Amino acid sequence: MEYFIQQTINGVTLGSVYGMIAIGYTMVYGIIGMINFSHGDVFMLGTFAALIMFLILTSLVAGMGVAAMLLVMMATAIVMSSLWSWVIERIAYRPLRGSFRLAPLITAIGMSIVLSNFIQVTQGPRNKPIPPMVTKVYDVYGVTISLKQILIVLITIVMMTAFWYVVTKTSLGRAQRATEQDRKMAALLGIDVDRTISITFVMGASLAGVAGAMYLMYYGVATFSDGFIPGVKAFTAAVLGGIGSLPGALLGGLLIGLIESLWSAYFSIDYKDVATFSILAIVLIFKPSGLLGRPEIEKV
Amino acid sequence: MNAQTPLLKVEGVETYYGAIRALAGVDVEVHRGEIVCLIGANGAGKSTLMMTICGQPQARQGRILFDGEDITRVPTHLIARKRIAQSPEGRRIFPRMTVYENLQMGASLDNQTYFKEDVEKIFTLFPRLKERQAQRGGTLSGGEQQMLSIGRALMARPKLLLLDEPSLGLAPLIVKQIFEAIKLLNQQEGLTVFIVEQNAFAALKLSGRGYVMVNGKVSMEGPSKELLANPEVRAAYLEGGHH
Ligand SMILES: Nc1ncnc2c1ncn2[C@@H]1O[C@H](COP(=O)(O)OP(=O)(O)OP(=O)(O)O)[C@@H](O)[C@H]1O
Ligand SMILES: [Mg+2]
Repeated sequence: MEYFIQQTINGVTLGSVYGMIAIGYTMVYGIIGMINFSHGDVFMLGTFAALIMFLILTSLVAGMGVAAMLLVMMATAIVMSSLWSWVIERIAYRPLRGSFRLAPLITAIGMSIVLSNFIQVTQGPRNKPIPPMVTKVYDVYGVTISLKQILIVLITIVMMTAFWYVVTKTSLGRAQRATEQDRKMAALLGIDVDRTISITFVMGASLAGVAGAMYLMYYGVATFSDGFIPGVKAFTAAVLGGIGSLPGALLGGLLIGLIESLWSAYFSIDYKDVATFSILAIVLIFKPSGLLGRPEIEKV
Repeated sequence: MNAQTPLLKVEGVETYYGAIRALAGVDVEVHRGEIVCLIGANGAGKSTLMMTICGQPQARQGRILFDGEDITRVPTHLIARKRIAQSPEGRRIFPRMTVYENLQMGASLDNQTYFKEDVEKIFTLFPRLKERQAQRGGTLSGGEQQMLSIGRALMARPKLLLLDEPSLGLAPLIVKQIFEAIKLLNQQEGLTVFIVEQNAFAALKLSGRGYVMVNGKVSMEGPSKELLANPEVRAAYLEGGHH
């Protein structure tokens, strides 16, 4: 029983990271119907931005507290990921808006390769480790919970609540939803559609940046190829939860994190990805729009 | 700008959809405080003119002046910010937003500054919307959507209100109610209205002046009373109609 709870906690932690990345896929898909394949690399950029900031802080600033360091690393990751996404949207995706559907998709794959190759060339192809930052662990009736797990879950809750608030309650969120539902009408009402789309990219990227910093803190390594596997998992999470749905992205992320860690615990770890994708396939057969997605048919 | 400058002046406007020319040199003027109507057969280009005024699509030839200022190449959202509001063809209600949120979208320009005060006016005008305020736009009836579309446009505090077939699919009683509301806003607040209608009789009754559009061109114009009496107009748009 302790083992089950232990694996559940691990799964929720991992799932929180997937969920945060998945938000970026789901928001961009929601607003312009584009699958932003380079989003996984935006997350990877976040891990490296945090890593470089970690190295700078440890070598230049003596005796800085761990909490302050984490905050600065997170802020750096947010800034770098957002900046990159903002630029890419402006120069690579926006000019293709209104062209055939595959064009931005192919461009996104291209951008993904550009970024991961750039990091590979400048940072080297090997794993870059950092010494553990947060080491405290708690023992609760035989179950080990680490402080970094608690941090990840808390930060995820805070970020998700903030995003949910922005999207459902503020005028920016309304503009985003209006743009998603009828771009032309939104413009007729004075909404700057291009700007709204830019902001959406930046919001998704900033969450990926946070996820990147958390990932680095949790595993203590960064690799140029980290955009791929976590990116694909997060994308799967977004589809599982129902692409376009914010709560769906979080739910999908948590489910995938749980499936992975529980499957690895009780069955073969080699087949954990097979398990994940099988469950995705089964869900999509019975609910093609994902768990919380809305069905395509709609009276307008 | 002096009072003589028309609020809206459309000069020789040509609009294309790809290679198809939908507007073939249109001239229209709307002055402050007027209600002007535009009638014409299906496919004449009426909706295209309404959308071209808002820059969706932009005119390929000619000029559109609003309050003396050239807006032909201005992006749509900036045209809206000059206070041209449209209730477009097909209503275009945001289907997954509530009635209330749709109205909030209308008030985006002023950042909701006058929202509370203005929404009460809309609810007085269309009490139905008040009852339905928490309902999602996509689930409203056609008539309710039409009211919402007009209400949303009014929330922008427009200087010029463009209405594209507000009577489409509505029961005669509701049409009457909507037209009375437009008349009232025009008389009491001096709202300038440019209205496209299939229901030519009602539109000519409501408006002071009118334009008749045929194949992307204005074929006739004049005071609505004269158009109502004109035998050609009567034959093409009124006979067998609603009077
Ligand atoms: N998006 C579009 N792409 C191509 N052609 C279009 C498009 N929209 C309109 N048209 C064409 O332009 C012409 C004018 O259309 P428009 O909608 O302006 O007519 P209308 O006068 O509003 O007609 P109705 O009374 O039926 O609403 C029509 O021939 C129509 O087929
Ligand atoms: Mg039309």
